[in-house]
Amino acid sequence: MSEHIGLRGRAWFQALTGNNQPSSGDPGTVFASEAQIGDETALFLCVVPSPASRFPCVRDGQVGLEEAFTLAHHLRRVITEDGEKPKAQKRPVIAIVDVKSQAYGRREETAGIFFAAAASADAYASARMAGHPVISLIAGHAFSGGFLTHGYQANRILAFDDSGIVIHAMHKEAAARITRRSVAELEELGHEIAPMSYDVRDYTKLGLLYKLLQVDDPQHPTTADIEAVRHDLADAIQDARRGAPDLSSRLQSDTAKETRKAGIAVRAALEAQWRTA
Amino acid sequence: MIQTTLIPEFVTRESFIELDGRRRAQSLFDEGTWKELVGPFDRMESPWLPLQGIAPQFDDGCIVIKGKIGGMAAVAIALEGAFQGGSIGEVSGAKMTAALDLAAKDSQEGKRTAAILLLETGGVRLQEANLGLAAVAEVISSVLALRPHAPVITLIAGTVGCFGGMSLAAGVSSYVVMTREARLGLNGPEVIEQESGIHEFDSSDRTLIWAIHGGEQRVGMGLADALVEDDAEKIKATIRRYVQAELRPEYRSQQVELYRDRIAALDTSEQIDPMSLRRGWNSRKTGELR
Repeated sequence: MSEHIGLRGRAWFQALTGNNQPSSGDPGTVFASEAQIGDETALFLCVVPSPASRFPCVRDGQVGLEEAFTLAHHLRRVITEDGEKPKAQKRPVIAIVDVKSQAYGRREETAGIFFAAAASADAYASARMAGHPVISLIAGHAFSGGFLTHGYQANRILAFDDSGIVIHAMHKEAAARITRRSVAELEELGHEIAPMSYDVRDYTKLGLLYKLLQVDDPQHPTTADIEAVRHDLADAIQDARRGAPDLSSRLQSDTAKETRKAGIAVRAALEAQWRTA
Repeated sequence: MIQTTLIPEFVTRESFIELDGRRRAQSLFDEGTWKELVGPFDRMESPWLPLQGIAPQFDDGCIVIKGKIGGMAAVAIALEGAFQGGSIGEVSGAKMTAALDLAAKDSQEGKRTAAILLLETGGVRLQEANLGLAAVAEVISSVLALRPHAPVITLIAGTVGCFGGMSLAAGVSSYVVMTREARLGLNGPEVIEQESGIHEFDSSDRTLIWAIHGGEQRVGMGLADALVEDDAEKIKATIRRYVQAELRPEYRSQQVELYRDRIAALDTSEQIDPMSLRRGWNSRKTGELR
């Protein structure tokens, strides 16, 4: 299962940017490149596994200290460079997501990975709030703190309609252990109880996804796949520009209104009571 | 004859840690100014826990209190560590996000409303997994939307500590206040031991845990701003100072180049000594009040 983590992210980064190397000065675990999408230039970001990383706990595609600050560095650069531009000309940011998790390491905890992850989430959210369309393309795994650091602040989230796409707060073995269930029970729950989903089709019931994309094999994109995905990304960019710069779109679909009705009711109640407090 | 005895301060003070989440939040406000919003009598509970045979709670472990602190508008949002480990679910997350968004709206309309997050949490509630994770992303976004307009102060008193996704909410806050009994980190020691092995982190090594995650270390290395005693009066006074503080042009989680350079300078060939790191990093603190 875990051996392909990062391969799809890398394949799509290369397909969409023509590049498969880290930028000079960056660690080998982050790809950042600008490339055309529609009639404009976008910043593409991807975290990839690197067996040579000097941080042992990120070598399998986890997001750690260097990854978080490198993502934040590129995002802050683009925000600053486009600072004076009108919103319609601010560069879109495309996060290609295929991450195993955050790094589970002592070096990381000691040096404050919580803060590194926060700095990256801050940079993504700041780009979005400044008017950059921020789009996440989930090409493989999107887990836990890894996803919070890289991708979950996007205005629009796209994912391939494929059994290899897995989105969750914790991988199955650990979640099963902590909630005292078997992995089989957990998988069954994922089909029955919407927020417990692992599969992307179950995840769509939450209303958090903008679009499911159809490709034959996400690990080996064809020319036709690439063209179709470019089109979908350009469409998501335009939709993001038309919408609010916050995350409110995640509550507005019919599926969100059904699945997240408890949360929506809480928001309404709090707003009503706030005015009289 | 009556013998006057010298009673040490730690005996007469009122412990903050011994208070539950609701009383902690209440204790921060000016007397007679606060009101709880969407409290237990509104019975807004998790729809997902009963489906999994777990008793929900009428406040979902999240307490929202609005009022005045030092005469200024403020909202405190407390996670109750005693309910499901203070975990974030759909309802508790929505309370937090909604309160932050309303504070941002008021602040933008000229009524500056600070937010205090009292975080005692292990992170995402695994029974509401994907909605918990989504809630964390939304809380982070809402903290960042409020931060330019009013202070967002994270208070971690202990003893649960602040772990998992909510540690990112602490990380993007304007200020972080901790006690010596508090811990702050992304992954708890047990999780690291489970995922990466006991050679990476021995979760029974209490000295190591406190040296890495403890409040004294986090403040000492500059990733938190104030170390406070477990004393309700002193904590209230510290929070009041931050509520009244002037807004800054830049907060810690925006200082990307400083920290990127610091990470680049780390020797990773062996484990990092927490005390050496503290000495190296504490030269520049961002959150000190002048």
